[in-house]
Amino acid sequence: MNDFILAAPLVAMSFLSVICIVVDALSPKPGKIPFMFAGFSLLGALLLTIPTFWYHGTAFQNMITVGGYSAFFDVLFLIGGLLTLFAGRPYIAREHFDHDEFYSLIMFSVAGMMVIGHSNNLLISFIGIEIMSVSFYVLSGYLRKSIRSIESALKYFLLGSFATGFLVFGIALLYGATGTLEFPAMHAAVVADKLNFPNLLTVGIALVLIGLSFKAAAFPFHQWAPDVYEGAPTVVTAFMSTAGKAASLSALIPVIAAVVPQTNWKVGMVLAVISAATMLVGNISAVVQSNIKRMLAYSSVAHAGYLMMGFVANNPNGMTGVLFYSAAYLFMQIGAFVIVSLIEKENDGNLQLADYAGLSKRNPVLAALMALFMFSLAGIPPMAGFFGKYYLFIAAVEAGYTWLTIVAVISSMISVYFYIGLVVTMYFKDSTDTTEQDSKPGLAGVTLAISCAFVIILGLFPQLIEKLAHSFFM
Amino acid sequence: MIETYIPVIIMILVGLGFGVANILLAEYIGPRRPTKEKISTYESGMEPVKSARERFSVKFYMVAMLFILFDIEVVFMYPWAVQFKALGTVGYVAMFLFMILLFAGYIYIIKKGALKWD
Amino acid sequence: MNLQSVPIEWYLSLSAVLFTIGVIGVVTRRNAIIIFMSIELMLNAVNLTFVSFAQFLGDSAGQMFVFFVMAVAAAEAAVGLAIVLALFRNKQTVYVDQVNVMKW
Repeated sequence: MNDFILAAPLVAMSFLSVICIVVDALSPKPGKIPFMFAGFSLLGALLLTIPTFWYHGTAFQNMITVGGYSAFFDVLFLIGGLLTLFAGRPYIAREHFDHDEFYSLIMFSVAGMMVIGHSNNLLISFIGIEIMSVSFYVLSGYLRKSIRSIESALKYFLLGSFATGFLVFGIALLYGATGTLEFPAMHAAVVADKLNFPNLLTVGIALVLIGLSFKAAAFPFHQWAPDVYEGAPTVVTAFMSTAGKAASLSALIPVIAAVVPQTNWKVGMVLAVISAATMLVGNISAVVQSNIKRMLAYSSVAHAGYLMMGFVANNPNGMTGVLFYSAAYLFMQIGAFVIVSLIEKENDGNLQLADYAGLSKRNPVLAALMALFMFSLAGIPPMAGFFGKYYLFIAAVEAGYTWLTIVAVISSMISVYFYIGLVVTMYFKDSTDTTEQDSKPGLAGVTLAISCAFVIILGLFPQLIEKLAHSFFM
Repeated sequence: MIETYIPVIIMILVGLGFGVANILLAEYIGPRRPTKEKISTYESGMEPVKSARERFSVKFYMVAMLFILFDIEVVFMYPWAVQFKALGTVGYVAMFLFMILLFAGYIYIIKKGALKWD
Repeated sequence: MNLQSVPIEWYLSLSAVLFTIGVIGVVTRRNAIIIFMSIELMLNAVNLTFVSFAQFLGDSAGQMFVFFVMAVAAAEAAVGLAIVLALFRNKQTVYVDQVNVMKW
């Protein structure tokens, strides 16, 4: 029973998400009760994570890790789920699609992400990735009367399960090569060079990398991302482009630690090339977009590239950077997408960049918040995004990848063009349409307030998180 | 290596030969006296009403899908049943929790009317 | 007369061939259902790999993994067919090249 207490947040979240569909089915009136249930479950699980920060170890016969970076990711995913929940309620009400499955699906995907963060075994990683992905397939097709939403769900589903095939084949080869699915035993086998089929190990790592870069939308497997992120409901896009991406990449942490000894520069080089190409392609494609959701989608591809720099460096500083940047990126990107969801009108109206002209006059608060998130995404100090990039760049230089850092700086400068371009559009261009902007954000205001607060706090006191994250990898 | 498979290959050849020989023999030696009854689709069954190639209700799909989902969960009970004694109380409780979660799904589909036929 | 003497490379080759057929099916076919069937073929090739490795290593973890892959495939099938159904209700097609409101 001790295991259940150690893994309390994970266990609670898994059970409550299943109970949530029963609550949904039994509640007489749609809306309120399942929403409250989901909200309180996420909050409760968030409280349960606090004691796990002081514990380092494994539970359930070494199947999951407890404490350390998995506790950090638990907190991150739970907060992401809460933010999405608050922003989602007014959004689905406005789209006239107020079915309660939305709340349980959000909870399922959060549970899946937490499973990924806790995994100490490739089987657990696989299950977590699939729980998360299947929930996302449904969520992206949630507005099932809208052809765009269904189209994005179909593309996401077909390409996502295609990637699952590669991922699980890679896992099978790693299992065959090392004779185990557990990360510590796998690491021991790789270090001691006790491999059954040394060639299969390389192919296995390559296939797992392909599968995970598909899920995280990294080059050259990023083509699905713009379409899916554009067509999916905006709050769902916010959630899956941030927490989903962080979760897919967090699956890489134990894999890299287990199968890539520090000296194996080949995998590091492959990752470095993927990372460089991802940020360049993402940022350059984002420059030419006219639809704001598409622009943010391409920029999220680029951010996956920045995050991968931490894995390239593969040292404590790099991992710290991954954790810090995941947190910073989660808040700034969710904030930006929620503002998009507030300005958006029914049937995908008001999504062009031109529609943001003169926003500062029509709705000064939203415009100011959007500017804040854009500055943070562009990495301008003293926002959270700046320090995230700073830690990642430092780690890459430390590991000897100076050229990668130069590429990253160049692509950041490209990204400044379209992030600041949006701010310029909001503040210095006059709007052609003079209709009054509906300025009642409702519950989404809570999301915006929390994201804004975290972007500023992480920017002003970065060492709070940095110290904590660093202690996980010493 | 290959000699291990000789019995299998002989088996395949005999099987193929038997089937092909029977069809050929029936074709060339068998007498042929067709009547109206004999050439109907089901000789002593129902008259076919119309073509089978038509669209049918999505409800069949719903039931089939739900069957697959609940059916595949049973696969997790086999290893548990095999190791029942070794796993002891903890395994029993864990399987009980698993069944509760499955039952939650069952309540959900009933309440949402997925099993209602009309 | 011992069939276990089939070397593991044969099983691995068979599953690699099956996996490749699945991948080719996904990239060449345009019917969403057939693409999905090819993906299932890929997953079954993986199952074969797991079972043969489990037999080779004398370790049951690979066998257990197969159960989970099967459960995941069932869940994906349910969700995927529901998505295709919703697509058909909206657009009266299951061909992915006709699904192009946004560019691929």
